[in-house]
Amino acid sequence: MSAHEAIDSAVKSNDVMLFMKGTPNFPQCGFSGQVVQILDYLGVEYGSMNVLEDDEVRNGIKTYSNWPTIPQLYVKGEFIGGCDIIREMFQAGELQEHFTKAGVPTRDTAAS
Amino acid sequence: MAMDAHEIETLIRTALPDAHVEIRDLAGDGDHYAAMVVSSAFTGKTRVAQHKMVYDALKGRMGDQLHALALQTAAPDA
Repeated sequence: MSAHEAIDSAVKSNDVMLFMKGTPNFPQCGFSGQVVQILDYLGVEYGSMNVLEDDEVRNGIKTYSNWPTIPQLYVKGEFIGGCDIIREMFQAGELQEHFTKAGVPTRDTAAS
Repeated sequence: MAMDAHEIETLIRTALPDAHVEIRDLAGDGDHYAAMVVSSAFTGKTRVAQHKMVYDALKGRMGDQLHALALQTAAPDA
C-alpha cells in the first residue's frame, strides 16, 4: 500500500483521524501534544498515525491536504486544520459544535 | 535552517499588500515564531483558507526552512 493509499484509508475509516508526531500517549512535538490534549479533554474517540515512523507518510500527508505542517486533524474525511486552528476552534466552542454536527460523540453529548 | 522575522513579514506583505503583520520570535532560534496577520483578502474565507494564503505567501518555506509559525489570521472589522 502506497503512502497515499495508507493516508486515504486512515482518513476514510476513522470518523476522527489525527496525523501527528509521536503517539497520543507520547507526543513528540508540542503542537501535536496540544491537539491530543484537546481531543482527550472533549472525550472524542480518534485514530492516530505517527508520521515520524514513515517519511513517505510524513511528506505524503502534506500533499494530501495541501497543508505544510503536522499535526493535521480530519473529521469524517474532511481536513479541519492544524494546531492553531484546532485550538482557536476549541476556545471558540466551534470544535465541539463541529463534532456534534458531524455526529461524533463527545464527553458532553455522550453524557446527555 | 532559519528565517528572520523581517523576511517573513516581507514575504507576507508581498502577497498581501494591505496586511497588518505582527511577528513575535518565540524561541530566539529563528525557527519558532508567532504571527498575527490581518488582511481584507481574508474576508469571507475559512480559517484553513486564510492560513493557506499565508503559507502560500511563504513560498514553501513553512515546515521546511521555518519549523514553527503559530498563526492567527483575521479580516479587518468590516
